[in-house]
Amino acid sequence: MTATAPVPPAAARRPSTRVWVEQVMGMPISVHVGGRTGQDVDIAVAQAFSHLQRVDAVFSTWRPDSDLERVRRGELAEEAGHPWLAEVRALCEEAQERTEGLFSASVGCCRTPHDPTGLVKGWAVEGAALLLSLPDGISYCLNAGGDILAGSSRGARPMAPWRVGIEDPRHRTRIAGTVELTAGAVATSGNAARGAHIRDPRTGERVERDGSATVTGPSLLWADVWATAAFVDPAAATAAMGRADAAYRCLVL
Amino acid sequence: MRRITLWLLSTLTALVLLFSYHTSTAGADTSGSSVVAVGGSSGGASGGGTTSSNSSGSSGSSGSASNSAQTYDGDATQTRWGLVQVQITVEGGKVTAADVLQVPMANHHDQQINSYAVPILNAEVVDAQNADIDMVSGATDTSEGYLSSLQSALDKAGL
Repeated sequence: MTATAPVPPAAARRPSTRVWVEQVMGMPISVHVGGRTGQDVDIAVAQAFSHLQRVDAVFSTWRPDSDLERVRRGELAEEAGHPWLAEVRALCEEAQERTEGLFSASVGCCRTPHDPTGLVKGWAVEGAALLLSLPDGISYCLNAGGDILAGSSRGARPMAPWRVGIEDPRHRTRIAGTVELTAGAVATSGNAARGAHIRDPRTGERVERDGSATVTGPSLLWADVWATAAFVDPAAATAAMGRADAAYRCLVL
Repeated sequence: MRRITLWLLSTLTALVLLFSYHTSTAGADTSGSSVVAVGGSSGGASGGGTTSSNSSGSSGSSGSASNSAQTYDGDATQTRWGLVQVQITVEGGKVTAADVLQVPMANHHDQQINSYAVPILNAEVVDAQNADIDMVSGATDTSEGYLSSLQSALDKAGL
């Protein structure tokens, strides 16, 4: 770990871009906004972070008082909890179907099977991006712990696409590829930052390997789901992705 | 009056989409070929309104039976608004579909259309110092790991 990470010249290319960083859901979330400034823009950014905090309060597996944890302990009926619980559960079922079983919220540890954590992040960031799209005339790019979503609001002037570097999972100071993004998502799954934490739903075993899988496409929720599936089984996931979501592309490193 | 007629004529010329369809019968070329010509010249009749562009198509891509659908990509053509490229689908000697492969990024509407295009992954290993990037995508970073991360440096540059 080097303390002095180099600063590439991207910032010089975007003198007008403003950056906000907050730690939410146990990860760093960076919001870059270009186009114009204004109080409404600041408010939208604050609302986007608030949305992520609300999602964390409902879905955190680290907070015993979250709705999800109370449901998992049997203290709260899902129908009586936040309506997001049912929405996310339905999305998890859809994800399991689309990925032909390579993504599942029903594997993992412990006492209760349902763990939507793998899908909640992408879903939450999409909700935050909707709030960021409210003020006219801005372009934005969000990075939630390595998963990226870019877009722009009504009346935004065209600007140079955001350049997203894909980290080399074996040499984390190197970039293994780049994607230019005007609107859309880039999601990467792998063990480089948190150790083996992804399980193969077919066996229940942890996926113990290095490398990573990156998926790009219109939606961060689905790019993230597919990236997880592609890390579990690159060949099967790529084939399933071609059948289910032709708008997504995969890079396995 | 005469100016208007000239202008109309030239506009019409610009709108006419000419194409000829040729199926190779000789064995040498099985891919077929076509010519797509868009527009003509504005003839200097009036100041604006027409696009002067010529493009010749190429590269028949799929299919060998003459009745099955074949697609042809026109050459990317520089217009005053930017690069335009079209693709036509020919079936039984008739054009059944025309799709725009490339449109300019001149205004927000175009940008919205373009944004549906799939981002292209460009795999090439470079040193982070030399990568001109805004964001880093990687395995989910932790709050602890952030401080020493490349993304943190990129954020600082804009903070």
